[in-house]
Amino acid sequence: MNGAFDWVLLREVEQFLYHEARLQDDHEYAAWEALWTADGVYWIPANDDDIDPDHQMSIVYDNRSRIALRIKQLCTGKRLAQTPRSRLRRVMSNIVILEHGEAEIKVTANALIFESNRREDLVWATRTEYLLRREPAGFRMARKKVMLVNNDKPLPSLSFLI
Amino acid sequence: MPISESKPCKTGSACADSKMTGLSTPHDFDSLVQADRVHGSLYTDETVFQRELEKIWYRSWVYVGHVSEVPKPHDFAMKSIGPQAVIMTRDQAGEVHLLLNRCPHRGNEVCVEARGSRASFTCPYHGWTFNNNGSLRGFSFPDGYAGVERRELGLGRVARMSIYRGFVFGSFAVAGLTLEESLGGACAAIDRLVETSPEGEIEITAGFLGHRTKANWKFVVENETDGYHPQFVHASIFSVAKSGIGDLYGDQSRAVARDLGHGHTENDLRPEFRRLNTPLGWFGTTAARLPDYTARMQGAYGADKARQIMIDGTPHIMIFPNLFIAEIQIFVIQPLAVDHTIQHVTALQFKGAPDLNRRLRQQTMGSVGPAGLLLADDSAMYERTQRGVHSRNPEWNYLGRGKHRERRDDAGYLIGDATDEVTSRGIWRHYRELMATP
Repeated sequence: MNGAFDWVLLREVEQFLYHEARLQDDHEYAAWEALWTADGVYWIPANDDDIDPDHQMSIVYDNRSRIALRIKQLCTGKRLAQTPRSRLRRVMSNIVILEHGEAEIKVTANALIFESNRREDLVWATRTEYLLRREPAGFRMARKKVMLVNNDKPLPSLSFLI
Repeated sequence: MPISESKPCKTGSACADSKMTGLSTPHDFDSLVQADRVHGSLYTDETVFQRELEKIWYRSWVYVGHVSEVPKPHDFAMKSIGPQAVIMTRDQAGEVHLLLNRCPHRGNEVCVEARGSRASFTCPYHGWTFNNNGSLRGFSFPDGYAGVERRELGLGRVARMSIYRGFVFGSFAVAGLTLEESLGGACAAIDRLVETSPEGEIEITAGFLGHRTKANWKFVVENETDGYHPQFVHASIFSVAKSGIGDLYGDQSRAVARDLGHGHTENDLRPEFRRLNTPLGWFGTTAARLPDYTARMQGAYGADKARQIMIDGTPHIMIFPNLFIAEIQIFVIQPLAVDHTIQHVTALQFKGAPDLNRRLRQQTMGSVGPAGLLLADDSAMYERTQRGVHSRNPEWNYLGRGKHRERRDDAGYLIGDATDEVTSRGIWRHYRELMATP
């Protein structure tokens, strides 16, 4: 942190992340999809946090059209892994602005997510990096990389939006 | 009907039901596995699971890994046979070994890494060191072992190891069928798979997704060649994505469900792809979109054969008990407990086909693993069936679909229509034989 710290920007970023978190918890699929830029990439690496997603398997590595497909599938109401839907609440914290320029802001945050589904109740723990871009309607996600603490182990189905 | 009320015996002669209560009674697998139904306890009974480990997982040929996962001398990869960890190594001379992760001294794990390169493994507990061919290199403070024969204190190994077209299998049985004998009709499917590479080889290089499910492993195995479920379980994705998969498993499909014997089963989709008659139609694309791959295939096999390979596509085969080749990816099924199974899945990569491989990785990541647009829904079904079979009425799962139209193909294999349960019946026939073995 050098010079005057931009508290307003941090508050703006926090409010955006809390908003995004709430849309995910509440299965507000269309509103969540609208938070993406046209070139958005949604990435959940497997086996490590820093694999090469173009050559190694990731749990999710969606370009914008696959994000749209994922949302369309959820919106059918017949995505069996989300029928009935998971009940979700997540706590976001440790929000830090890593870099910011005129147009783009790189942010990191931790989350603890409680999921209750037909199989069991479980906790997911993540650190997430966001690349946020200022667009006329507000921040939009150009990139979201979700690093699961246990991404090196076999995981149960992850069918909600994390 | 009250839960306590016993179910009327329908089998006529010998009522099997009395044999199914009480864990002290030996299981009668001829009663538990019948021609068109199987007993629910086979998915829930802990003693059945323990017997499966002894009679199936620690006796049959089980798929362990692929040679391309340990490409260079000293490479190793952590694999498994059932709940047991297996270290697949390649030694200095290039030989592949299947070693057990247990120090012969006090039982400590000698390796805790998923993969890497090591000439030796040192047990961190007391410092015993093993070569990557399993032999004991040395003890710490050796004067405490005067007169001890080192050759008898190497790492344990899987009794037999055999490689077919790069696929490495292990068997804990010191004697028995050879791998080729055990694979039987599955050999042809693997031959066909590797021909999809212009160099005749597949590679497993993209890393695995581990997907755990709270269900018995046999629900997973049965589902892999169940052509009846896709239209229902995957309706959500078929309704929004441009996918030809749904039609392959419709009631008008000419695809064939086949029991290859030894528990191996397949959905042979070639009749549909041949009707389509479009190279790479099986993969939802065209030769024009993969010109580099197409040219290399033509160069390798000649135009006619390349065209046929590219029309027929890759197999959809469940090699009992744990290798599912699913056109574009492989699943390795690992049972951990009676109600706990892991599927390790990765994209198939064909040597000499970078443009095809890129697309294979993209399609695999989208469809399978914990967040897969297909597999998360399959997993939901596994878990619900696992809970469902705890209900005691009916006690049986009914697998009679298409029994009236079961027939033999030219090679003598039992076949049925695309959505018929000839595959499940074949899996269970083999299972019964293995489990009834003294």
